Amino acid sequence: MNFNEPHIDYAGISPLIALTVGICVVLLSAVFKPFRRSAPLLTLVTLGATAGLLIWHWDDPRNLITGALRLDDLAISISLIAILVAAFCVVLSIGERATEEAGSGEYHSLLLGSVLGMVLLSQATNLVTFFVALETLSIPLYILCATNLRREGSLESGLKYLIVGSIGSATLLYGMAFLYGGTGATGFQGIAAGIAHNGLDGDPLILIGIAMAAVGLAFKTSIAPFHQWTPDVYQGAPTPITSFMAVATKAAAFAVFLRFFDVALGSQLDSWQPALAALAAISIVVGNVGALGQDSLKRIMGWSGVAQAGYMLGGVVVASEAGTSSLVFYLAAYAFMNLAAFAVIVARERETVYGDDIRAVRGLGAERPALAWPLTISMLALAGLPATAGFIGKLYLIEALVEGDYTWLAVFIAIGTMISLAYYLRIVAAMWMRPERETVPGGTPAIAGASPEADPVDPEAGRRWYLVGPAVLAATATVFFGVIPQPLVDFASHAGAALF
Amino acid sequence: MINVLLWAPLAFGLVGLFLPRRAVGPWAVLGALVTLGVAVGMTIGFNGSDSGLQYVESTPWISGLGVDYSLGLDGLNLFLVLLTAVLWTGGVAFAAFRDYERPKTFFFLMLVAETATLGSFLAQDLLLFVLFFDFMLVPFYFLFGAWGHDRTAEGGMTASGATLKMIIYTLIGSLLMLVAAIATAIISADGGHITFSIQALQEQGIGLGSQRWIFWFFAAAFLVKMPAFLLHGWMPDAYRAAPLPALAVFSGVLAKVGAYGFLRIVLPLFPEATVEFQEIILVIALASILYGSVMAFTQTNVRLIAGYSSVAQLGFITAGIFALRADGADGAVLQMVNHGLVVAPIFIIVAILLERTGTEDIREMGGMALRAPVLAALFLIVALATLAMPGSSNFIGEFYILNGLFQAKIVFAFIAISGVAMSAYYALRLYQGTMHNRLPNQQNKGLLSREIGWRDAVVLVPLVLCIVALAFYPQLILKRTNPSVQQTIAKVTKGSAPNGKLAER
Repeated sequence: MNFNEPHIDYAGISPLIALTVGICVVLLSAVFKPFRRSAPLLTLVTLGATAGLLIWHWDDPRNLITGALRLDDLAISISLIAILVAAFCVVLSIGERATEEAGSGEYHSLLLGSVLGMVLLSQATNLVTFFVALETLSIPLYILCATNLRREGSLESGLKYLIVGSIGSATLLYGMAFLYGGTGATGFQGIAAGIAHNGLDGDPLILIGIAMAAVGLAFKTSIAPFHQWTPDVYQGAPTPITSFMAVATKAAAFAVFLRFFDVALGSQLDSWQPALAALAAISIVVGNVGALGQDSLKRIMGWSGVAQAGYMLGGVVVASEAGTSSLVFYLAAYAFMNLAAFAVIVARERETVYGDDIRAVRGLGAERPALAWPLTISMLALAGLPATAGFIGKLYLIEALVEGDYTWLAVFIAIGTMISLAYYLRIVAAMWMRPERETVPGGTPAIAGASPEADPVDPEAGRRWYLVGPAVLAATATVFFGVIPQPLVDFASHAGAALF
Repeated sequence: MINVLLWAPLAFGLVGLFLPRRAVGPWAVLGALVTLGVAVGMTIGFNGSDSGLQYVESTPWISGLGVDYSLGLDGLNLFLVLLTAVLWTGGVAFAAFRDYERPKTFFFLMLVAETATLGSFLAQDLLLFVLFFDFMLVPFYFLFGAWGHDRTAEGGMTASGATLKMIIYTLIGSLLMLVAAIATAIISADGGHITFSIQALQEQGIGLGSQRWIFWFFAAAFLVKMPAFLLHGWMPDAYRAAPLPALAVFSGVLAKVGAYGFLRIVLPLFPEATVEFQEIILVIALASILYGSVMAFTQTNVRLIAGYSSVAQLGFITAGIFALRADGADGAVLQMVNHGLVVAPIFIIVAILLERTGTEDIREMGGMALRAPVLAALFLIVALATLAMPGSSNFIGEFYILNGLFQAKIVFAFIAISGVAMSAYYALRLYQGTMHNRLPNQQNKGLLSREIGWRDAVVLVPLVLCIVALAFYPQLILKRTNPSVQQTIAKVTKGSAPNGKLAER
């Protein structure tokens, strides 16, 4: 009997190895006293090393571990976005209560664990790796949401996310079972082949599987009507974690969304395309309308995230190279826009007694221009105004949609953007203009789920380099890629070419 | 050269952010003057008999999406660019002589707005045009909101509410226009290489079915910006909120971008749809003339009198364009410049009157002619130009427009004529109400001179001189505009021929 030693492509899985080693090192660093304060630094080193190893494989697609993973430009670009966001999250977490309460080592190794799940998820080409990666991504996040132990809201957020996330995972798993039952394969290519081979075109078994998988992924990407958890969880979680969740989770989930639907279910385009388009339209309307009446900045970002996910789903709907590229571009732009906003929200949360209430940014234009400009740029970019990456992202998406004969969805994006101006510009107006109506003086400031004395105010937070720096950096990138978008377009078109 | 013209204001604005507070006003004036100098230089160097684009600049910007950075000047935009440069110099200079809160940001935004406006006139790439067209609004959003006036005491809106209303109204149109622009490029590329070049899109052309909806998406953007009747809801609140120097350039120039958009984009790109919907647009234009005039009769706030008169004037300009005859469009271009040149001084005069009388209500003003004869004389010239007195350039403009309209649609022309008569009423009412009409409670104030100082004169006199100069020599514009206008109109009239000559090209 012959036993063939499996060939292991160590170079290909090196990013995963680097992350895993990093998780262990960061976790252990907390045990040794001299290294106790070095967890953030070690996390950044790990992220940097992983990013370097990923870039090494740029333009060099390969299948790993007998086709369970595929390291191509789509996976790399999404992983890089996730790593970038994680790095920002680490910097924003400096001085955050949650890191001290949960233990710096544990906090950061959980963060790295989630990144590992994202890198894995963006490469997954097999139902098993898909599911394992999704859980690797989610479970650390459930815990991270609850790390602000003394805040009721934080615990609520973690629990809510755990329950809703589990429902999403369970639905997804159930859907996967149907697909496996129908095709007898777990690999994405195998499923595609199985559908063709077994004559399952339009078969109820496959359709149920597709529907449930779509619902499961919609939970993760906060697509309406599976979005209800989003505002609550965003509001309750420690703000750096919210920023990480808002962008990185979305990026990774959209990566697998693209790969799963385009590779495994590409032949069933006619059955899922209209359904996803309808979900996108619903999400755009629900998210934008939901954000209108909110007073909490993090809730606004949550609702706006629902709407933005609707725009991005458009990139999946058209199932084309242009759609994939536009989605990757939008995700990258979205990362910069969101990070700029969240960095400012973190700073103001620590600086004022208003928490994440919109009053926290009132008069910011005169008081802290270095924070007001980034938040302004971020809001204008999210609203899709020109000279920002947000405009180019919308342009790219709309071009892909019109090319894919989904002009009506493009019109929906235009209408949604118009509604969104009302709440994005409300934040801008609060910073630069006189208040619309004077609020009743007195009364305790509304802090989400906590008493004011729980979080001591740091009046200098708005000047700290580790808060102002990321805000300015992300805002600069937003404007830079709005004026000179070509580098980012090239980056995204590589990712798009990987699937088609 | 054309790049310098476009980016000089922005560059000056950025440098201004790092200057001391006192220096930033003069610096901004210098920036506007440099831009004006470049614009004048380019006008002198412009070859008036050429109908094509001059000073062309074109490089790929986002090659993956087919967007080019391409600029150019021809008869359609030459004088609008010049108008922009002139009015911004006036507006910035007027503001520089006054104290504004946070002057650095104020002048920065003013100059950003100039670059954006020039960009939308100069752009020869459809997407670049949309980009500048949308971006124009951003600086004005901040200018109106942060430096504007709250009108809650008078039952109006706060500045931030009014400016939000304005931006939402105008962006409805703009965002639909973005979708329409992309659709135009993709449909006309028909699977080939996507380009947004207006020239190339004209040659490729698109089918009538697509033209129909795309026409309305573009028309929505342009009609809101003007604003036309039924889409003007943002105008009264925004005009009452705006700081006057910003309002002078806004009203003088931005409204024209909408009319210009019809000439530059809608007519040549969607000729069949233009012919099909000609009468609907004419009805909207006439409604704007009548509604704007009647509202201008009845308003008591001087800003709103000027604002509604603009609605009427823009109605005229639209009617001239949609006469779809060369003389109508020639007149429209001339009238765009004329109207910009009269409405900006009106707002500057309103600002001066506001400082002297403390009110914007025409019923509480009056008697200024006795105490400020020079101001009254200047205002008289402006007012007479507004009502299109024979001898003024506005008269020539309206004559051309009506001439075109008479030959195209005689019924519409008869109704439009009433607008000329009505403009005489509101222009004179504005002049008399502010300058003559002495109020009883002012009798005892004596004859203290409230004459304008040299600072206001420096701003106002050159603008009025422009009006006078143009009255003597409107050919300056007509001669250079006509070749390009002929070419644009030719595209539409060919399209209307029953044998469909457009397809043969």
